Amino acid sequence: MTALDLLRLDLPALLAALLACATCGLLGSFLVLRRESLLGDALSHAVLPGIIAGFALTGARAGLPMLAGALVAALAATLLITLVRRAARIESGAATGAVFTTFFAGGLVLMEVSGARSVDLDLDCVLFGQLETLVWLEATGWGSLLDAQALAGLPRQLHLLAGVGLAVALVVAALWRPLKLLCFDPDYAAALGFPARRLELALNMLVAAAAVAAFEAVGSILVVAMLVCPAAAMRLLTDDYRTQVLGGAALGAALGVAGYALAGPLPAAAGMALSLNAAGVIGTLGGLAVALAALLRSRAPGRAATA
Amino acid sequence: MSADGGEAAARAGSPPPLEIRGLTVAYGERPVLWDVTWSAPPGLTGIVGPNGAGKSTLIKAALGLIPALSGTARFFGRSLEEVRNRVGYLPQRASVDWDFPATALDVVCMARYPRMRWWGRVPRAEREAARAALAEVGLADLAERQIGRLSGGQQQRVFLARALAQDADLYLMDEPFAAVDAATEQAIVAVLRRLAAAGRSVVAVHHDLSTVADYFAHVLLLNGRAIAAGPVRDAFTPEAIAAAYGGRLNLLEHASVHAAGRS
Repeated sequence: MTALDLLRLDLPALLAALLACATCGLLGSFLVLRRESLLGDALSHAVLPGIIAGFALTGARAGLPMLAGALVAALAATLLITLVRRAARIESGAATGAVFTTFFAGGLVLMEVSGARSVDLDLDCVLFGQLETLVWLEATGWGSLLDAQALAGLPRQLHLLAGVGLAVALVVAALWRPLKLLCFDPDYAAALGFPARRLELALNMLVAAAAVAAFEAVGSILVVAMLVCPAAAMRLLTDDYRTQVLGGAALGAALGVAGYALAGPLPAAAGMALSLNAAGVIGTLGGLAVALAALLRSRAPGRAATA
Repeated sequence: MSADGGEAAARAGSPPPLEIRGLTVAYGERPVLWDVTWSAPPGLTGIVGPNGAGKSTLIKAALGLIPALSGTARFFGRSLEEVRNRVGYLPQRASVDWDFPATALDVVCMARYPRMRWWGRVPRAEREAARAALAEVGLADLAERQIGRLSGGQQQRVFLARALAQDADLYLMDEPFAAVDAATEQAIVAVLRRLAAAGRSVVAVHHDLSTVADYFAHVLLLNGRAIAAGPVRDAFTPEAIAAAYGGRLNLLEHASVHAAGRS
């Protein structure tokens, strides 16, 4: 394997895995701390009608219209849940399940009706992602990393991931304290005058955006895994809020890189004829990370006592 | 169901700390509060009533945390938005997850968030204010302790310290004495008395009838509707208690109420 191969074939996929896993890992802590870890799963399905609509309206599989559609769908689903909970007085898990599965199913129907299915949207790719298909043919050498024209030739999924990742990081930083308060004690946040409801919506929008951006590259299974596993592992390892949130992002990034390397490049470098689905390996590592963290915690006497 | 202290305060020219008019709240079809009109006078007031009487609901609805079908809550004669920094809140201890990654000091600092930027370090002055509040409840030594490693009583005092750190003129407290040890109960009572002596007001949901006369100057007996309100010696009568609790007051509680009434 040459350096050019590395640059053209592995770098885009590696970056995509890193960005997707770090972004989801960053947001995961908020979901885990709010005890709604599976909201990521629910939201990442509820955005489907929005993605299809964005696709159908523009007729292209471009990132931004699909992202916009997904955000609208996520917003509508989130608001509808509140409405269902208030009107029907059912518990939030049931309301969430009912609304999000309906959205997903509606998305499937919309896909048939709009003809999107016949064109390009592939359900397998939604589930498993297509990391291995991300290539950067414009790269001619290491110098390409500084060449704007060559960089523009990076897969569009990578552009979207970078943009969404940056936006998520900025919003999380700007809303640092309100988000902390929202996670610990939303009623108190509201009593202090913080816009608790709008913060919840903002958090859901961030999760939806991250899920959509990461979708195509790494697949929805991995999105869910990375929204839960790094944050859950950190939850077992630290009692410090900052370490929890930033550590979740770092652990996500590390899992993304390690998982991608283990899936192909490392075995290849060792001369082994082994090539695995990268998203699958990363997701499996996420589960192992949680198991390892649980093991470490149970061996630390100080922590075990408070568990 | 008019209120004593409110009128007294009105006569004195200043509106009461909390004034509730025609408050009706329902969970689904079931009304929990029905047309409650009541005002809390300055000083210490206990809200008493059986389980499901709407005590916590009253506080939450006043703070706008749950929607009301009708009615208004005014604080110092103004809307909550206008005087939010004068109103402190102590939620029920069980309403949060105490495994949350935070120290006692972290939690108390939350009271000062409205005075800070939304990011960056907690300013030294705010941190010191939070430390002072912790000292006020006797937890100065446990400031850096993980909240999950505190006892139930200590957690309750952390919440009290957080409310104190708001430096408010009126504190709405939801069950501050719920399931605490004797030492914590005494510490909380001491804090309430210091607040009253400093001219602050407290409205606290309370469940122990035997200590009402001891801890509070005023009382609201609640059971969906406002049953009785006023100074404890006038309003906290066996008849009013029986009316609020129906047949649900057991003999032991009855005896202790009588004992408290005589003392």
